Amino acid sequence: MLTQRLLTSDKGGMLVLGLIALTCILVPILNLAVPESSPFHVSTFAVTLLGKFLCYALLALALDLIWGYAGILSLGHGAFFALGGYAMGMYLMRQIGDRGKYGDPLLPDFMVFLNWQELPWYWHGFDMFWFAALMIVLVPGILAWVFGWLAFRSRVTGVYFAIITQALTYALMLAFFRNEMGFGGNNGLTDFKDILGFSITADSTRIGLFLASGIALMLAYLACRYIVTSRAGKVIVSIRDAESRTRFSGYQVESYKLWLFVFSAVLAGIAGALYVPQVGIINPGEFSPLNSIELVVWVATGGRGTLYGAIVGAFSVNYGKTVFTTFYPEAWLFPLGLLFVLVTLVLPKGLVGLIGRFKKSKSTSKQEEQP
Amino acid sequence: MRGGISRPNFQGESPDHPLKPDSDTTMALLKKSVCLWIALGAFLLTLPSAYAQSPAEPDFPTLVDELASGSLSKRGKTVEAIAATNHERAQTVLKALLEGSLESTRSDPRQVLIETGTDTYVLAANGEAVNADNLGRTKRIPIHNKLRSQIKTLLAQMNLSAADADVRLRAVEQMISDGVDGDSIALLQQLKADESSSDVQDAMDDAVALAQLESSDNETRLNAAKQLRGSLYPEVRGALQIVADNDSESSIRAEAQRSLDSIDSKLKMFRLGENIFFGLSLGSVLLLSAIGLAITFGVMGVINMAHGELMMIGAYTTWVIQQAFPNQIEYSLFMAIPAAFVVSGLVGIAIERGVIQFLYGRPLETLLATFGISLILQQAARSIFSPLNRAVSLPEWMSGSLQINPAFSITFNRLYILLFGLMVFFALLAVLKKTSLGLKVRAVSQNRPMARAVGVRASWVDAMTFGLGSGVAGIAGVALSQLTNVGPNLGQAYIIDSFMVVVFGGVGNLWGTLVSAMSLGVINKFMEPFAGAVLAKVLILVLLILFIQKKPKGLFPQKGRAAAD
Repeated sequence: MLTQRLLTSDKGGMLVLGLIALTCILVPILNLAVPESSPFHVSTFAVTLLGKFLCYALLALALDLIWGYAGILSLGHGAFFALGGYAMGMYLMRQIGDRGKYGDPLLPDFMVFLNWQELPWYWHGFDMFWFAALMIVLVPGILAWVFGWLAFRSRVTGVYFAIITQALTYALMLAFFRNEMGFGGNNGLTDFKDILGFSITADSTRIGLFLASGIALMLAYLACRYIVTSRAGKVIVSIRDAESRTRFSGYQVESYKLWLFVFSAVLAGIAGALYVPQVGIINPGEFSPLNSIELVVWVATGGRGTLYGAIVGAFSVNYGKTVFTTFYPEAWLFPLGLLFVLVTLVLPKGLVGLIGRFKKSKSTSKQEEQP
Repeated sequence: MRGGISRPNFQGESPDHPLKPDSDTTMALLKKSVCLWIALGAFLLTLPSAYAQSPAEPDFPTLVDELASGSLSKRGKTVEAIAATNHERAQTVLKALLEGSLESTRSDPRQVLIETGTDTYVLAANGEAVNADNLGRTKRIPIHNKLRSQIKTLLAQMNLSAADADVRLRAVEQMISDGVDGDSIALLQQLKADESSSDVQDAMDDAVALAQLESSDNETRLNAAKQLRGSLYPEVRGALQIVADNDSESSIRAEAQRSLDSIDSKLKMFRLGENIFFGLSLGSVLLLSAIGLAITFGVMGVINMAHGELMMIGAYTTWVIQQAFPNQIEYSLFMAIPAAFVVSGLVGIAIERGVIQFLYGRPLETLLATFGISLILQQAARSIFSPLNRAVSLPEWMSGSLQINPAFSITFNRLYILLFGLMVFFALLAVLKKTSLGLKVRAVSQNRPMARAVGVRASWVDAMTFGLGSGVAGIAGVALSQLTNVGPNLGQAYIIDSFMVVVFGGVGNLWGTLVSAMSLGVINKFMEPFAGAVLAKVLILVLLILFIQKKPKGLFPQKGRAAAD
């Protein structure tokens, strides 16, 4: 019953989900079981890269849920991603223990370097994974709840909301750049050693993290699908299309928006937490407004308003970025900027919409041939 | 010691043969020696006067040439004589001697030169340039510390009697910072009687009192401490602090403390003034960067994320103009302002015609597309002008500062930019209220179909309005180039701030933009001492986010039908 509701009439989603599942099965085999000399071998570097893309896709999915379905454009979603990442980074930092450069059993290296005597209160508890996991969900969630409550209650919408979310992530970036905040300042958190007892650089751990990201993405997709196909999902879409009319019909527009926003922020936080152990560093640069806005262009390129479109967009833009920056490392901003302009002008429904249009024109031409 | 014991004194007998001259010879000898002494004494006594008179008032060039030869002690007298000539170049020569740039040639006769740069010399006596090639080796004319302080005092005295009151004031201030000795007290007191300017008189009083603080007489110290009440020189404050802590008399300590308190309260007031000025200066930068946005965003409703990059273009235009006319730095800004307006305005019109006109009514899409444009422009600047910052030079008239008193000064560049910001603001206000373009802009922004119906070419007005806003952004870039380095990230740093200013002030309201820019600037400056520059910025952003919750339409919301959407 539930599976039927989630998966029927979602051909694109089925396809994308199937592809992710296939990668999740094939990549570990090709990496671990196939010898390195074989042309089918997938290097650990590629695994990490794919794992990063999966995290980006999860982040894009989170944004698409609120932008595509509720019409709330957040230009600060990178902040939730980075907060989740910092929570994970703090756990990994505590796992280093006395193996740091200064060998302090309790304090991370940067605190020893700054002559701090004891661990700040907010660093307590992060030596336990369950606590860190809780924080990964709670910190972005609570921030989103407070921020969203303030914003939606006073009916800040559209462009205003976009700009104040951008200011939010900008303010957080400035704050995290300060050494006094106790998050490693400019350098952020890095030099991680192991996660849950497994060495973070080992191939098997990389595969594990890759699988975790893939599974998290698929589960998140199903959860989002569940939400948008539910009754609440219908209300959310109606808010996007006619907010006042929905309000006058007796729905509590604010609470729908608020809970969707919080859920999206939590997804972004999880994406960040999975991202950090794979890239091995988290620094305040993740808060930069540019990151958040790049995320918006993934969703726009893929096609907003379709959940799988966000995943397609995240993969295609990031793949393009990887390829492009290997040839022209300096000039990535040109194609990125061009992408922004072209997508908004020519492709309002993104790549997914392009395929849909292509299919439609084919079927109409067939109909014309038949009679 | 061993030698003293062992060596027998063979000369022990020599005193046994004393000179026993007859009385005549003794008298003659005595007379002779007395005469000799008198003559010597007379010669010694006449020496200084002979020196002063013998070449019958030696003229300035001779005296200058004398610096090259003779002992150090003689040089002291020469220096005094030079000062006494009151020659127009006397100060220059003495200063050069003090700074060690006065040199002499090894040729005969020796020439005395002032080294004005590496291997460029002028004649000390008349300032004529000399060809460095024929000079041979030169030698610096040495001075010692005593001579150095003597020259300083002489220079101060010369300045103290200068005709220009500003020069006199500066000389007194110089004396205060160098320390006043006993001779100078007498000199200052004597000069004060003839002093015409009250500012100089006050400064002289302060200088005398500062020296008297160290006097041994209790009454003098007490009066000096009283006199120094409200004097703003940092040296005065330091000296009073010492007296207030260490003086043996409790009444003097109390008096010094009272004076200190009055100085501190005065300083506090001036620091407040300085903070307000810096706040307003920051506000004027915010105003300049936000005012173009107030037109494109406020009046037209277009979110232009490339606004910061239009400012960047203006700043680069200034740099290019300075590169093109390296000899006209003084006038470069007057060329740069119209040029930046035109360049940024044209780029703005191109953006409007090329992209934005297809996206009216879709604000979120406009935001994304203009953001893409901003990325392209940034990267273009990086590719064309290199990713490094470019330094735009400050014209002479922009540098320096207006010294109001020792504790309070205003830098000219900030002052001019503040005035310039206000000028641009009022000019723009006039354009919107008084010109036909302004009328059309307001008509289109209030009711587009109706404006079109009465014959306004709406799309042309859109392009012009956008061009106007972009041009103003370019002008803001010119001003910014005088405060910070010009680089590809220049615009990014201001875009969020500018949006905040416009939103805070109320969209579509230029006066609101003015008030919000100035108040944000001042608030920011006042929070900095408590919170530090970065945290102050963070706090402002948080406060603004909270403020928007409370008043989503800004400080001065639009009223009536225009506010409905």
